[in-house]
Amino acid sequence: MSKPGQISLLSFFIFNPTYGPKEGEEHKKIMYYYPTNVDIDTKIKQVGLCEAIITFTRTFSDKPCETLHTQKTRQVYFQPEKDFWMVMTVSVPFSEKTKDGQVSYEYHEEDVQDPVMEALLRQSYRMFTLFNGSIYYLLQKFDNNVQTLQTRLDHFFSRYVLTLRPVSSDLLDVFSGISFLPLDKNTYLKVQCFINVLESTFQQVKYTAFLYNDQLVWSGLEQDDMRIMYRYLTTSLFPAYLEQELQAAGMAPSPGTRHASTSNIGSVHYGKFVTGPPNVDNPKNMGKIPRLYVNTEEENEECLLLVYRALTASVCLLINSQHVVNFEMCTKLDQFLGQQLSNLASEISEQYSAKRPASSSMEPMYKYIYFNHMNLAQKSTVHVDSKKSSGVFVSQDTLKLLCDISSDLQRNNQDGETFVRTLTDCWVVGKKSDQREMVVVINQKNHNLIEVNDEVKKLCGLNFNSIFFQD
Amino acid sequence: MASDEGSHYIELCNSPIKFEPISKQNNVFYDDANQQVFTVRSGGSMGVVVKGPNDRGSITFRMEDRGNVNSMKFSPDRRILAIQRSPKSVEFINFHEDQTTDTSEYSQTCKGRSTEIKGFVWTNVNEIVFITGNGAEFYQINPDKRSLKNLKSLNLSVVWYVWMSRPDGGMLLLSSGQLANALQPVYFIQGSMLKLPKFEVDLPALPKQPKQSLLERDVTMAYIYGQLYIIVLRHQPRPGAVGAEVVLYMVPQQKCSFVWESPAKKTNVLKLEMSGRFAINVVDSLVVVHHQASKTSVIFDIQLDGDSDGFVTNHFPVVSPLPIKPFKMYLPTLNIQQGQDKMEYNCELYSANWIVFQPNIVIDAKLGCLWSVELKLEPLVTMIPDKCRLVKFLLQRQKSKVVILDVFRQMLMPGMQVGLPVISRILDMLNDGYMQYLDQEIQALVTVAIEPSSQQDPRDRVIIDQSDMYTNVFAVFEDNSKIPYKFKVAVLIEYIRSLSQRDIPVQHYVYELLINTLVHNNCFYQLHQFLQYHVLSDSKPLACLMLSLETEYPPAHQLALDMLTRLATANEEIIEVLLSKNQLLPAVRFIRKAGITDTVSSRKFLEAAMNTLDKQLFFTVFKFFQQRNIRLRGSPVFHPGEHCEIYVKHFEELFGTDAIPQSVAVS
Repeated sequence: MSKPGQISLLSFFIFNPTYGPKEGEEHKKIMYYYPTNVDIDTKIKQVGLCEAIITFTRTFSDKPCETLHTQKTRQVYFQPEKDFWMVMTVSVPFSEKTKDGQVSYEYHEEDVQDPVMEALLRQSYRMFTLFNGSIYYLLQKFDNNVQTLQTRLDHFFSRYVLTLRPVSSDLLDVFSGISFLPLDKNTYLKVQCFINVLESTFQQVKYTAFLYNDQLVWSGLEQDDMRIMYRYLTTSLFPAYLEQELQAAGMAPSPGTRHASTSNIGSVHYGKFVTGPPNVDNPKNMGKIPRLYVNTEEENEECLLLVYRALTASVCLLINSQHVVNFEMCTKLDQFLGQQLSNLASEISEQYSAKRPASSSMEPMYKYIYFNHMNLAQKSTVHVDSKKSSGVFVSQDTLKLLCDISSDLQRNNQDGETFVRTLTDCWVVGKKSDQREMVVVINQKNHNLIEVNDEVKKLCGLNFNSIFFQD
Repeated sequence: MASDEGSHYIELCNSPIKFEPISKQNNVFYDDANQQVFTVRSGGSMGVVVKGPNDRGSITFRMEDRGNVNSMKFSPDRRILAIQRSPKSVEFINFHEDQTTDTSEYSQTCKGRSTEIKGFVWTNVNEIVFITGNGAEFYQINPDKRSLKNLKSLNLSVVWYVWMSRPDGGMLLLSSGQLANALQPVYFIQGSMLKLPKFEVDLPALPKQPKQSLLERDVTMAYIYGQLYIIVLRHQPRPGAVGAEVVLYMVPQQKCSFVWESPAKKTNVLKLEMSGRFAINVVDSLVVVHHQASKTSVIFDIQLDGDSDGFVTNHFPVVSPLPIKPFKMYLPTLNIQQGQDKMEYNCELYSANWIVFQPNIVIDAKLGCLWSVELKLEPLVTMIPDKCRLVKFLLQRQKSKVVILDVFRQMLMPGMQVGLPVISRILDMLNDGYMQYLDQEIQALVTVAIEPSSQQDPRDRVIIDQSDMYTNVFAVFEDNSKIPYKFKVAVLIEYIRSLSQRDIPVQHYVYELLINTLVHNNCFYQLHQFLQYHVLSDSKPLACLMLSLETEYPPAHQLALDMLTRLATANEEIIEVLLSKNQLLPAVRFIRKAGITDTVSSRKFLEAAMNTLDKQLFFTVFKFFQQRNIRLRGSPVFHPGEHCEIYVKHFEELFGTDAIPQSVAVS
């Protein structure tokens, strides 16, 4: 999967020590184990070792054990629900050195960052619960049938584990924030009213989220639910859909719009279901409709997710699974949404494109990541795009440094600043004010500390003049 | 006849003007210019009584009986009475301020031997027009000299005329031609007479029948929505067409004061779908048509709806025809033998004795009553099911505010809720008027210095502002627990959107209501998003409200601080917030950044620092202010006015007196 010497996933497992307390029943503890092709004894041994470490460290601290550092591996522990433990092991990157004809390995422990690994593990649990509900909810649902739970875990993680990329994970995974679309008040109110009318017209729709490209405009879900759903939408659903659209466009010479053929210009709209019926003229194909579990109004509320998209605006409709989502409803939704959403999307895009040139015309010599713990708002000019597919503007070392500075600042409860000069003479500045954090990379080799400080002040004045962000 | 309250939208006023009914000895005249009823007994020798809705008391006087009176009218200032007894002349009597009369009359004859006076109208104080068969003669009266001077004359063969007075003069419509359908409007204003372009009313061509000429009783004039219209009743508009129609000719507004560019043009057609005898009133810019045969009335609103062919808009009645509300009156009894003075009398509606005058007068000369026709808005609420149409209709009416607010409140109540799109449209309608009003207010402020508001909107529009909406609608529905909060929030957001799109600043109480609704339903994240997008405009009260929510929703603290920062006038508040959170260093850094270190009260900071029990922190803050003192006054000593003695003492206790540098001068 990855180059030798790079950080890579070694194992990923979930166990519950209370399920096999007796000798000879140890295998019963294992709920899920990756890699699957390992023999049962190794699995038992690994799980047993983890259990031992966890129990042992308990003697020293009230807080459960978080990570285990060894020369060649890093192990992260996470107890998401009572007695259930998730463990992830990654390899520590190394480089080969030849000295006197002998090959030796040098391990770079500092290249594996605990906060990032912990974030990955936590995220994998939240993603599981988004699609399945919490573990105890599942147990309750299936009359404490552990085997069903195992099937569910296996079904989910066997695919999810393959998407874990410890190599390209960084500070953004730690924040796991949401990018909000900057929008003026009146357009935002229009979006609001549109959603209100939608929810009052279709009473089945319980929660709605509105996104433009990969940026959130409105969420009816609670913050934590939105955070994980946002993650799902922007890293999985939307990219897959776009790829599929792109392929379809490549095959069909004139994809156009569905109603483009009609003579009436007014009825042209670009609406389409992303999840749900791919074609509203074909009642046989209902498409795939994901089932999600959210905790906004009640714990583990089962909902169906219909996503409808026009141009680059998407509405996510969460419908309580008590209601039937049938083709007729989808047709009605299409009629309601198509035109209105297309209009809204083009209105937003006008505003969006009007704003953009001003910011991109002047290529700033600094890159920054901003995160607000209060509303999870996140902004990065370090990354080329939010999906991280196209890479970053700074070196891997600097990227790691950003993460280190951030976790330093978080550990210290006070507001503060950190200035670091890297080996390549880059300045990296971390700032924390109340619940907000910002890390800036300034590529000015000749600047001294005072000049860098002024530079950061200027940046804050430019970007954060409307908030209480302390110097 | 149905008698329940809800089924009548037209009524006659409660207190009619009563006068002595018409009889052999008693003549009755009505002057619609001054809205006065004249009852003349025995040609005036037994007394003349003048009453009108605009007059405080009645005017009573006697005059010599010099023959049969054809018509009599007061001048607009009630100082000259004009009486026409013969077709050749008009007599005048001067009145004093105390309503006593001069003993003798003076008179003016019309020009030409064969000319006959059809009537006369007062166009202004001391200005009168005689309408004769040969045209109009415009005179100025000098009451002191008791003489008249001919100002101008107009030659035209006149069949009949219609007059409508205005405060500054009036409009005379002269009919001429074989079929009397060539109409010449003449406008009178202070000493001048202006001819407007002539126009012809198209008469229906019926096969095998001679064309009917246009009758005086089928033509009237009235102001509708501040615009002058000539209203023509057509009994059979087209061959084969059933039902009469009313045609409105708009007289174009005067652009510059002496030039009328284009003749009156046909703009609206009101379809009556009935035939027979009709009478027309104009009430509150609505055309009310009474139909005698069916004993019903219908109303038309030319601004409501109608289908236009680009030139003429066709209208149908706003609601279906209904009778005027029946009523009873006490009147002198007819059968005296029963010994009763008065008895309750069920008034006959649409009686043959009714005469209708513009704009809204009905007179029953046999009964001796003059009523004004009034519109009842409440019954219409249930008769117009389409809420948008209803509100649009109501917004054009005077005194409809209470009804509109009532309608809106009803629309939000459970069981009667209407869809959000309808609410949205209605809110936009209400706020359009609100915005226009606000704009006019601003304009008035600007122009007030130049000219005192010379031209006001002829109709005072109904304005529904935020406090009306709040007290009458939102405050009521806030307390109704049966309405789902989602709906409440949606309606409030619609309201804010509607205001915001019209650049109307939203009042704090509207925001507060929205916030309370969200908070009571634990929708903090939604609230957070609204604040993030500045849906709720920044203000100190809002920031304080957010601070008060901090215990329930911690991020409110950040939101409040951000808001205070944006306000840029809230440094004191920011300091308070930070100090209350024991965030001393951030507070110190804040005052340094804001450049207000020299002016803040050091005591406040020292007190907060002392309360933290953090020695190091206290030291830091103390030193910070000592340095400020050195910079300001060259000495670290606190100014006595700052009352920092106890903190100095506290500092000495903690760190010893040596830690305090002596003033520069001493050391």
